[in-house]
Amino acid sequence: MTTRPVIEVENLMRKFGDLTAVDGVTFHVNPGEVFGFLGPNGAGKTTAIGMLCTLLRPTSGLALVNGFDIRTDQARVRQSIGLIFQDPSLDDKLSGRENLKFHAMLYDVPADVLVKRSEQLLDMVDLSERADEVAMHYSGGMKRRLEIVRGLLHRPSVLFLDEPTLGLDPQTRLHIWEYLLTLREREGVTMFMTTHYMEEAEHCDRIAIIDQGKIVGLGTPEALKGMVGGDVVTVRTDDNDRVAAMMQQSLGIETRIDPEGGLIIETSHGDQFIPEMMRVIGECDETVHVNSVHLRRPTLEDVFIKLTGRAIREQDFDKKDDMRKHVRLWRGR
Amino acid sequence: MENLKRNIKGAYTVWYRDVVRFRRDRMRIVSSLVMPVVYLFLFGSGLAPAMAEMGGGHIDFKQYMFPGVLTMTVLFTSVFSAVSIVWDREFGFLKEVMVAPVSRVAIALGKAAGGSTVALFQGVIVLLLAPVLGISLTIAQLITLAGLMVLLALMMTSLGILLAVRQPSMEGFHMLMNFVLLPMFFLSGAFFPLRGVPIWMDLLSRVDPVTYGVDPLRQVALRGVVPVQFMDVIALRPLTVNVIMMAIFAVLFLVPAVWLFGRQD
Ligand SMILES: Nc1ncnc2c1ncn2[C@@H]1O[C@H](COP(=O)(O)OP(=O)(O)OP(=O)(O)O)[C@@H](O)[C@H]1O
Ligand SMILES: [Mg+2]
Repeated sequence: MTTRPVIEVENLMRKFGDLTAVDGVTFHVNPGEVFGFLGPNGAGKTTAIGMLCTLLRPTSGLALVNGFDIRTDQARVRQSIGLIFQDPSLDDKLSGRENLKFHAMLYDVPADVLVKRSEQLLDMVDLSERADEVAMHYSGGMKRRLEIVRGLLHRPSVLFLDEPTLGLDPQTRLHIWEYLLTLREREGVTMFMTTHYMEEAEHCDRIAIIDQGKIVGLGTPEALKGMVGGDVVTVRTDDNDRVAAMMQQSLGIETRIDPEGGLIIETSHGDQFIPEMMRVIGECDETVHVNSVHLRRPTLEDVFIKLTGRAIREQDFDKKDDMRKHVRLWRGR
Repeated sequence: MENLKRNIKGAYTVWYRDVVRFRRDRMRIVSSLVMPVVYLFLFGSGLAPAMAEMGGGHIDFKQYMFPGVLTMTVLFTSVFSAVSIVWDREFGFLKEVMVAPVSRVAIALGKAAGGSTVALFQGVIVLLLAPVLGISLTIAQLITLAGLMVLLALMMTSLGILLAVRQPSMEGFHMLMNFVLLPMFFLSGAFFPLRGVPIWMDLLSRVDPVTYGVDPLRQVALRGVVPVQFMDVIALRPLTVNVIMMAIFAVLFLVPAVWLFGRQD
């Protein structure tokens, strides 16, 4: 058996006028893998998916999906992929089952296969009971689940998911992930997803961290976090600048500012470092007061900051999420 | 071969969705009957005395207007069906269709067929008003009217798709509607005769595709209802000329519409 990658991308680039949205990315995705693009607003995630799914023309570069060229073999690429868009894409006026029926017609899925398969998938995502209701009346999470079922209906070998849990509450997000991981296990489908939720990227087998159209880091979540060093210590004091200077002078350690107020120090053995740090602070200046010390394992956020010098800025996303929720509400009239 | 079958099925799917959505939309079906009634009985009754004065009272003005109302229904239904492309884009459903393994030509043709079918339905509903106005139609007349409406609908749906296809938002489309569609409708002779109008209006009406839809509908619908000599006055062109012109316009709109629709971003 060959283990040829399901997605092969080389130097893929896309410009919109002067703006380079995707700036020469190269990566591959293996069969059965959950591969994630992690990156902030406007990093080029949707543009990359758009090209791989034949919705957007690449400016240059090469990409094969299931061995089919995305520029010259579009019909076969489309037949072999399933896609869950960032924004809702159901026909609100039709019921859940009707939405699936239309999908099956477009993908030439025989009627008997449609019935069997859609019931099985609906069952897996706990949607069987409500599937005859008009999609307009679904909650955000239900719409998402229906879209996932729809994306898998024609047995694609790759499922593309563009921010599958955007705008959903944390509990629903967790559920969606449970469904996705179950589906992967039973269907053996390869998944390519984008996200800006750090916790979600942890579910991926491998992640590419993307910023301003470029891949700045690629590997398993563990390997990426290994780049940061063993532990992350966050210390809050009443004079962070002074403590930063002490660490630099006495221990030769670089610190960085925690956006939430405090200093972040990466170190291989945090448990041994903390007493050392406290001793140095006490010796240098007794008046500096330490409010709290926190020790944790590195997160992907730490990796992102290390690689780009910036935080992913959750706040911006939350604003955008809010906006999307409004759009959803408005659409749900 | 396999490909052709798949594309035909894809076009059928797009067509079928339009029809299902129309069938489900009771409001649209009801309003398609209400608007013509309003126009006929408000305008028709209101303008009748004035028209009688000028025209000499050869014809009930409501009867004169009836083909115009028929045109109006087909015209606006066709274009509004094409608008659903903009709707679908805003609501995201268009992407689901665009990423399906069906050629975009097939999708655009399915859309044109869907819009035309719905417009024909609506037109047929309006035909039910004919007896109320004292217009009795033979089977042959009905079939000819249906055929003409299909052609008119196809032409206007194609125009609608052409206007909608690169239109990112509803607002832009509404602008186009006001600047393109309303003048087209009023210059077509749907509600007033084009005989004796100023030269500029005559010229505009000649390049107005709707003109070639109103004229034959009027000739067929009013055949046997109004006196022959009056028919000679209100008829503008032979039926065949109208049909050929509509066919030409339909192709002229449909080809670029399909081409634009199929272009990858
Ligand atoms: N059709 C377009 N025309 C012009 N610019 C575009 C277009 N689509 C995307 N862009 C730009 O390309 C860049 C990348 O956008 P993209 O949507 O791929 O980002 P993203 O990573 O998906 O962001 P988000 O998390 O907000 O969805 C952005 O700067 C965006 O403004
Ligand atoms: Mg995006």
